[in-house]
Amino acid sequence: MEVCVMCLAVPVQVARIQGSTGWVRTAAGEVRVDLTLVPQVRVGDWVLVHAGFALQVLDEEEARRSLEEWRRAVEHL
Amino acid sequence: MPSNIFEAFSDPQLGRRLLAHLRELVGDEPMLMMEVCGTHTVAVSRAGLRSLIRPLELRSGPGCPVCVTDDSDLAAVVRLAKTERVTVATYGDMLRVPSSAGSLAEARAAGADVRVVYSALEGLKLAQQRREREVVLVAVGFETTAPGAALAARRAVERGVSNFSMVSLHKLIPPALQALLSPGRAALRGLLLPGHVSTVIGSRAFEFLSREFALPAAVAGFEPLDILGALITLVRAAKAGHPAVYNCYRRAVRPQGNPRARALLEEVFRPAPARWRGLGVVPDSGLVLREEYSAVDAARRFGIVPEESMPAPGCRCGEVLLGRIIPPECPLFGNGCTPGAPRGPCMVSSEGSCQAYYRYERGGELVGRRG
Repeated sequence: MEVCVMCLAVPVQVARIQGSTGWVRTAAGEVRVDLTLVPQVRVGDWVLVHAGFALQVLDEEEARRSLEEWRRAVEHL
Repeated sequence: MPSNIFEAFSDPQLGRRLLAHLRELVGDEPMLMMEVCGTHTVAVSRAGLRSLIRPLELRSGPGCPVCVTDDSDLAAVVRLAKTERVTVATYGDMLRVPSSAGSLAEARAAGADVRVVYSALEGLKLAQQRREREVVLVAVGFETTAPGAALAARRAVERGVSNFSMVSLHKLIPPALQALLSPGRAALRGLLLPGHVSTVIGSRAFEFLSREFALPAAVAGFEPLDILGALITLVRAAKAGHPAVYNCYRRAVRPQGNPRARALLEEVFRPAPARWRGLGVVPDSGLVLREEYSAVDAARRFGIVPEESMPAPGCRCGEVLLGRIIPPECPLFGNGCTPGAPRGPCMVSSEGSCQAYYRYERGGELVGRRG
């Protein structure tokens, strides 16, 4: 299936950083992305990548909180 | 156990329980909501959610960047591609979209130099490698894609890459929603807001929805759990009469968005009226290059004058984009318009509603119950 490269933003882990360029781990191997928009990023962080740019660093703590919230919402079932 | 916390967002067991809870909340009350973003359209259709959540009905909105690009703008780009010495760099989804001047793919088959790029910086690189060509980036996309184009524009100017320019067809989601809702929000009870656009502009940018339209809205991620969680929030808010913007994608979206990306957009572009397929001209809903970046403005360099829009006869893409009809209500759907031979952009783009319905929704209830 064709993939819309403009809209696809998937979580990937940063493996290496060199200046404003980074390499992220994907199923197809390491892929180069631009990190200009996420100056706070570190190796090991998970980022959302869209059309060659990392848009945001994902917050693991917030991820846990959301899952917890949803689990609580369905506790009664 | 998933190897990282983010994989837990596709947990089918929790998904089934959230679905059961959502159905319990909806009960027998029919409710109409809209998923604004094309990526949500595909995720919802692929998971078969539409038929599983009835009588809650989810309609698609104007959130596929390829689809909302107006015929006249695309036709101008296709004509530009046929110009001598011009190389057009485009994202792949744009290639096969038909326009009144043909598609970029057809122009390429007839000898035009059309290249597919995966990022705006790749377009810039192409210009640096081929100094004898005029490389023009077809810069479509929402707030998610525009920062990358802004960065390419800045680097081109800094590095004096004089053979690089872009046609900025970028569009902004909040003004489009304003235009969509202004004639009256009709029966809409809630909006599922685009997650990736929100990573850039922040959830705060949507506060006008509750203020001006008393409409609950939820920023959502793209895993089935994200969508179900956000729908639960929306149904609760709609039933309780609590219009607000709920950020249900907090692992990626901050209230203020991404300040670096927003600053870059502000530096390179300014808002301007833009033509949307379906919506027509919407004030301040597009981005044009600022005076300081006019050197990379293809509209100036090539004197592009937009002509009249002439969408394919019978194509009802515009109404699909406004949620006025669902794709199967268009007489061309599956009947002269398919992903293999598309007549309109909503069938071409992998994010388009027509393609999503064609791929995943044609079995009606059966498709929904699979898996």
